[in-house]
Amino acid sequence: MIATGRLNQSKSAKEAIRTVLYHGFVWIFGFFMLYPILWVIASSFKPADQIFTNVTALFPRTVTFDNYVQGWAGFGGIPFTTFFKNSLIYAGFGTLLTVTASALTAYGFARLRFAGQKFWFTLMIMTLMLPIQVQVIPEYILFAKLGWLNTFWPLLLPRIGGQAFFIFMIMQFIRGIPRELDDAASIDGCNEIGIFWRIIVPLVAPAMMTAAIFSFYFTWGDFLHPLIYLNDPRLYTISVALRTFADPSTVTNWGAIFAMSTLALIPVFVVFIFFQRYLIEGISTSGLKG
Amino acid sequence: MARTAPNSISGDVALPASARRAAVDEAARRRAWRRNLIGYLFIAPWLFGFLAFTAIPMLGSAVLAFTDYNILSQNLKWIGLENFQRMLFNDPRYWRSVQATFSFALVAVPLKLCFALALAMLFNNSRKLVYGYRAVYYAPSIVGASVAVAVVWRELFGKNSPVNQFLAQLGIPTTSWLGDPATALWTVILLSMWEFGSPMLIFLAGLRQIPGQLYEAAAIDGAGAWKRFISITIPMLTPLIFFNLVLQMIFGFTVFTSAFIISGGTGAPLDSLLLYSLYLYQKGFKDFQMGYAAAMAWALLVVIACFTALIFRSSNSWVHYESGDER
Repeated sequence: MIATGRLNQSKSAKEAIRTVLYHGFVWIFGFFMLYPILWVIASSFKPADQIFTNVTALFPRTVTFDNYVQGWAGFGGIPFTTFFKNSLIYAGFGTLLTVTASALTAYGFARLRFAGQKFWFTLMIMTLMLPIQVQVIPEYILFAKLGWLNTFWPLLLPRIGGQAFFIFMIMQFIRGIPRELDDAASIDGCNEIGIFWRIIVPLVAPAMMTAAIFSFYFTWGDFLHPLIYLNDPRLYTISVALRTFADPSTVTNWGAIFAMSTLALIPVFVVFIFFQRYLIEGISTSGLKG
Repeated sequence: MARTAPNSISGDVALPASARRAAVDEAARRRAWRRNLIGYLFIAPWLFGFLAFTAIPMLGSAVLAFTDYNILSQNLKWIGLENFQRMLFNDPRYWRSVQATFSFALVAVPLKLCFALALAMLFNNSRKLVYGYRAVYYAPSIVGASVAVAVVWRELFGKNSPVNQFLAQLGIPTTSWLGDPATALWTVILLSMWEFGSPMLIFLAGLRQIPGQLYEAAAIDGAGAWKRFISITIPMLTPLIFFNLVLQMIFGFTVFTSAFIISGGTGAPLDSLLLYSLYLYQKGFKDFQMGYAAAMAWALLVVIACFTALIFRSSNSWVHYESGDER
């Protein structure tokens, strides 16, 4: 009796050590993982003379908000208010379009039967593997001919087709909904549009949420499209504005750059903190790329 | 000869059989027509987007690849295979960009997947806080591809940077990471590894589906942890390794933002950061050689298709599917 008690004790002591080691490792490694983010936040509050003298410190000796004030003034007389507004327009409307189109298409492919369905579905899946580089040049020529350079049309209009990844993900969710629900609604006199709107949309809302979050991230961070289509600084989104702002050949005020970089990351993290459950479940269940 | 219908009481016998069939056909046709209409109505946005912004542009770029087209002068000249000849034989920068891209993809993708798997193993338990850990470790992945992070990365590895200061404190000789062609690409590889979150979560979902009995049986047979990992975990995860490999490979061949920002759009030093997409951008949107850029894009598509086909072909011999589990 006493012997087993001692054995249990040493076993639980071993377990406790393992637990401490586990959490210790995760915390220390996690600190290094997050260091770049913590570093830019810390640097954004350091006075100019400390940014490159007190480099590694995560706690500035004196905290200043000057970097934010100076950074927000932007460049060429255009404040960051404009860039944030542009990014919100692009990310907001882009996401709305993408998710709506993706949900409609997903329902069409998952639930309806029509001629040529297999053919189009196969093509849609193939677009998953398509590098955008193949489309970007002729698309640019097309929009240039239409005279739409320096407008948001080339950024928003292509999103009317949704996104193959999201279509596929929402389809997987729709397939999990029992068909009897559709049939019941149909007997009650619902047509396909009614079924989609009253039955499918409420049930796949979590998947649409996941798609919306991803779409928001991709659009907010999109660099290539704004870079080629927007040449007027007043139309710059945050990504292109930051690139111009942080051009290494002209930069003098690093604090302001760190401050604006920090601000550019905030909407992304806010969305993440509130909706991370949708994200993590979405990726885990459907294998969506991030 | 003509058999009288047994149910001659019902009214529709009055109609000849052919007319009845025609009416049924007509109704079926109308139903099919309506079904098709509704179906196409729902996929209409996608279909429009696909045709207008994917299919037609792709055909357009296939034609452009055989031309010399300058968008500024609106000058379009048919030059046959000249773009491809120039690419293969007369453009050393093109080959440097191919080399940089392969070095990047062939190193970054496997490293990222190993890293993602290691962390998925670390978080595959029911300890306290593990959900929070997963979220925190995933966080870098949502911002990793942004300009803001690329700008930060450039400064992290600069001359008077945190990384160098840290190494100096450890007594390791510091270097100019971004100035040296031998190390510059590694900073981009490291940034791409930092975005390990999605493959990690996918692996984690797979790990949770491996039945515990398999491990118990192996443990009874005396298999150690490493042996169990090699002979149970890895084979059971191969479908997901396959999936992640295809996705990350495509991603690896098309990385743009980080190389653009870290090299200031030039691919410097000595073209070591001149990834394929960056060179394509330079040709198409800096030099406005749209024909040449379109040829480059198609070459990329062919290479990606070949690699994908290769992975798919090889998958028969290394991807293990549970019997009865059709995917």
